[in-house]
Amino acid sequence: MSAVVGQGAPIEDPAKIKVETPFRRFCSEFAESKLALGGLIVISIIILVAILAPFISPQDPYDLAVLDIMDGRLEPGEKSGDGSITYWLGTDDQGRDMLSGIMYGLRISLTVGAGSAFIAVMIGASLGLAAAYAGGRTDSIIMRVVDLQLSFPSILVALMILAFLGKSVTNVIIAIVVVEWAYYARTVRGTALVERRREYIEAAECLALPRYRILFRHLLPNCLPPLIVIGTMQVARAIALEATLSFLGLGVPITEPSLGLLIANGYEYMLSGKYWISFYPGIALLVTIVAINLVGDQLRDVLNPRLQK
Amino acid sequence: MSVYLLRRLIQAGGVVLAMSIIVFIGVFAIGDPVEILISPDADQMERERAVAALGLDKPLWHQYLIFLGKAAQGDLGRSFVFNEPALELILQRMPATLELAFAATFGAILIGLPLGLYAGLRPNSVGSKAIMAGSILGFSLPTFWVGLMLIMVFAVQLGWLPSTGRGDTVEVLGTRWSFLTWNGLQHLAMPALNLALFKISLVIRLTRAGVRETMLMDYVKFARAKGLSPFRVTFVHVFKNILIPVVTVTGLEFGSTIAFSVVTESIFAWPGMGKLIIDSINVLDRPVIVAYLMIVVLMFITINLIVDLMYSVLDPRVRLESK
Amino acid sequence: MAEPMNAAPTLEVRNLQTHFFTRGGVVKAVNDVSFSIARGKVLGLVGESGSGKTVTGFSIMKLVDPPGRIVGGSILFQGRDLATLSEEEMRHLRGNRIAMIFQDPMMTLNPVLRIDTQMIETVQAHEKVSDEDARARARDALGMVGIPSPDERLKSYPHQFSGGMRQRVAIAIALLHRPDLIVADEPTTALDVTIQGQILAEVQKLCATTGTAMLWITHDLSVVAGLADDIAVMYAGRVVEYGDVGEVLDKPLHPYTHGLIGSVPSRNKRGVPLRQIPGMTPSLLNLPEGCSFRARCPRAAEDCIVMPTLHPWLPDRLARCHHPHLEEVATA
Repeated sequence: MSAVVGQGAPIEDPAKIKVETPFRRFCSEFAESKLALGGLIVISIIILVAILAPFISPQDPYDLAVLDIMDGRLEPGEKSGDGSITYWLGTDDQGRDMLSGIMYGLRISLTVGAGSAFIAVMIGASLGLAAAYAGGRTDSIIMRVVDLQLSFPSILVALMILAFLGKSVTNVIIAIVVVEWAYYARTVRGTALVERRREYIEAAECLALPRYRILFRHLLPNCLPPLIVIGTMQVARAIALEATLSFLGLGVPITEPSLGLLIANGYEYMLSGKYWISFYPGIALLVTIVAINLVGDQLRDVLNPRLQK
Repeated sequence: MSVYLLRRLIQAGGVVLAMSIIVFIGVFAIGDPVEILISPDADQMERERAVAALGLDKPLWHQYLIFLGKAAQGDLGRSFVFNEPALELILQRMPATLELAFAATFGAILIGLPLGLYAGLRPNSVGSKAIMAGSILGFSLPTFWVGLMLIMVFAVQLGWLPSTGRGDTVEVLGTRWSFLTWNGLQHLAMPALNLALFKISLVIRLTRAGVRETMLMDYVKFARAKGLSPFRVTFVHVFKNILIPVVTVTGLEFGSTIAFSVVTESIFAWPGMGKLIIDSINVLDRPVIVAYLMIVVLMFITINLIVDLMYSVLDPRVRLESK
Repeated sequence: MAEPMNAAPTLEVRNLQTHFFTRGGVVKAVNDVSFSIARGKVLGLVGESGSGKTVTGFSIMKLVDPPGRIVGGSILFQGRDLATLSEEEMRHLRGNRIAMIFQDPMMTLNPVLRIDTQMIETVQAHEKVSDEDARARARDALGMVGIPSPDERLKSYPHQFSGGMRQRVAIAIALLHRPDLIVADEPTTALDVTIQGQILAEVQKLCATTGTAMLWITHDLSVVAGLADDIAVMYAGRVVEYGDVGEVLDKPLHPYTHGLIGSVPSRNKRGVPLRQIPGMTPSLLNLPEGCSFRARCPRAAEDCIVMPTLHPWLPDRLARCHHPHLEEVATA
């Protein structure tokens, strides 16, 4: 390590250049795939658009007062009746600007997708850790449930939950969490089982550290890489599942449409050639999912060479 | 073998029972069909009569036992909406769903195997890379969006294929089938392809990985050293080995194909049980929901059992161990 | 056992070179290998793992997989150069005139095909024979390698056999067409010593009676001593010593052979510490200039910086060395 020098220190400090922190190596390895880098940029833009939607969208699609039914089903590029805005992506049957609808729809899709993935990670990782650390009966009970659940397809489990609870946004989130937690639990348990036999856990146990501390401060951080990989992929799956459920009419309410519902709304008009109501939200959904998957693929290659085949 | 079979059957029975409890409690403990089925301005008497008629006044465990006893006799209740036996409703629509799922599975193998084989034998060719990129898309694209695009291109833009319905059907063995008429086949093509998309990607990946792994095996080299034709080496020595995982997985996936047909059926207005369950969830038609879930669970468990048995037929090593 | 009627050897390999073009560079797995095998004779090809002996065997079969490629030399089989043959022509020779036995019997038979399928397809790959006739041939071949009740065994799957039995099946498959040459890649290494002895004895008998030439690839000098007529010792992709098996093992010329023999434990050397060859085999990716053994050789001198040729130091004794152990030969 070189001595601390003033701010005018030359950037080409040789000692600094040679130091390759794990994080820096990770970044450079990640950037090896231009496709993944592109995916990351696209995701960043999408997130920005979703956050800034109220400021940058041409119209507030939830404000029924600004919608003019006379502007319904206008083709992309047409202007509104009073000439105030141009509908670059057309309008839906309510006269809602599709571009604004997509921006707000992204907000809901991302919130539901990422939010439910986050809750599922919390639950799944905790149970997976507990199963691996406790072993014995706890382990076998948790893993039985995981196996049973993973043997049924996600859509069936989600349908079951919605059939039990009825349809609402909260219930969609619950359904996604129920579908996803098992993946995280299995992943974390697998890694944790390997890690807990390592010396550092033994050392921590010898020091008689509290159990929660061993679990969350020692074991969990070492199980993170596969969790991050699975997590990224599962966010994409959660978004797709939310869209699917909304498309089936079991998800978010019509007043605040997510991408899936926007697509469903346009479906009936598509048969008469008014493609844009379904098409553009679909493209937004597609781009989001593919971008997340590209990043996830590269993360897997970089973080976990064992998974690479 | 019979001990193994018996053990598997008992296991399967346990899962069915567990699922019946989950489904029953889930559906009957939460949500109130009285609210939906009985008009709000009905008086107290009318309400009570309806509740008693539906058996909703008894305690939950009692309701469950009644439910179980009736279920054993094939009675899963009457649909609140159609006022028909729920099981019959499901069974009426099952052939359409089965037809769709079989067509999708068949199509997945028909399309996926050759593509995967090619990608495995020539891993560095441009064609293989295109195939693999396509399979990633097949994995990540939401089914319903692809379905819409299919309709947009083939039905709306090109006008080649009809967008909805089953088309002309022929009655065989008491049920109607679409795949026996040209018109029916045209109706079947798009939904089947849509439902198959995920499975095609899966088969491609499995086949490719299997081929690449098997090609490195000594026995393949030995087969070549015996002077066998490349055709025989590929289609007997390699192919028979990769068939095991591919058949296992497509078999296991058949259950999820049926579950995912919910989406495809909704898009293409295919009159199967998937469309029925969506409608039933929307109106909280409990008996139909229960009947659907129980039937799908039962199908799942049966499929797993059959796949296990098929696996042992295909792989002589498993056969020996289970004896 | 000399056969003056048939002077041309069954197999003559000249300056064979097989390289692997990997991302890390060119791996010269086989780099100048020459030897010949006469009818009914056994040549033992000896070397450590990584010396290129297995690749030599696969090169003769022309079964080297990419990124490997035969880049030079010739493989004369009954006067035809295999290196120039097309894949289709080569296929008609494989399993027919040239057969191969692999190292690991647990891996050479296809686990999902019955023994009869795997034998009958071999017969029918080269001859138009009915299924019954092919089955009869398969049965006879199994009987020949000492498998009891061959009729029933034909209907079995490979996993129902022990390792020794599987290797016998593999040998039976190799013998189906009474080949002129068998390439055997350490076929007994994975087997128990008793089974190994049985198989060696049977193979020797077969070669003598059928006139099949055999290339026996092994790292086990004792196997070569008991079985082979001639020996070729390989080091880092090259033949470093070549000659009659008895003479080479008695009085090795090359320091590497010398060291190899010295490191084999034996009864009459009890109490004497085993000699080792110091150092490691060099990486085939970038071989040192000159003699590859130079760095580990006790007799190395400055002139070893120049690669020695395979020189006939004695009648019918070749060694690739500037300073062979000639004095011991003279004193013996």
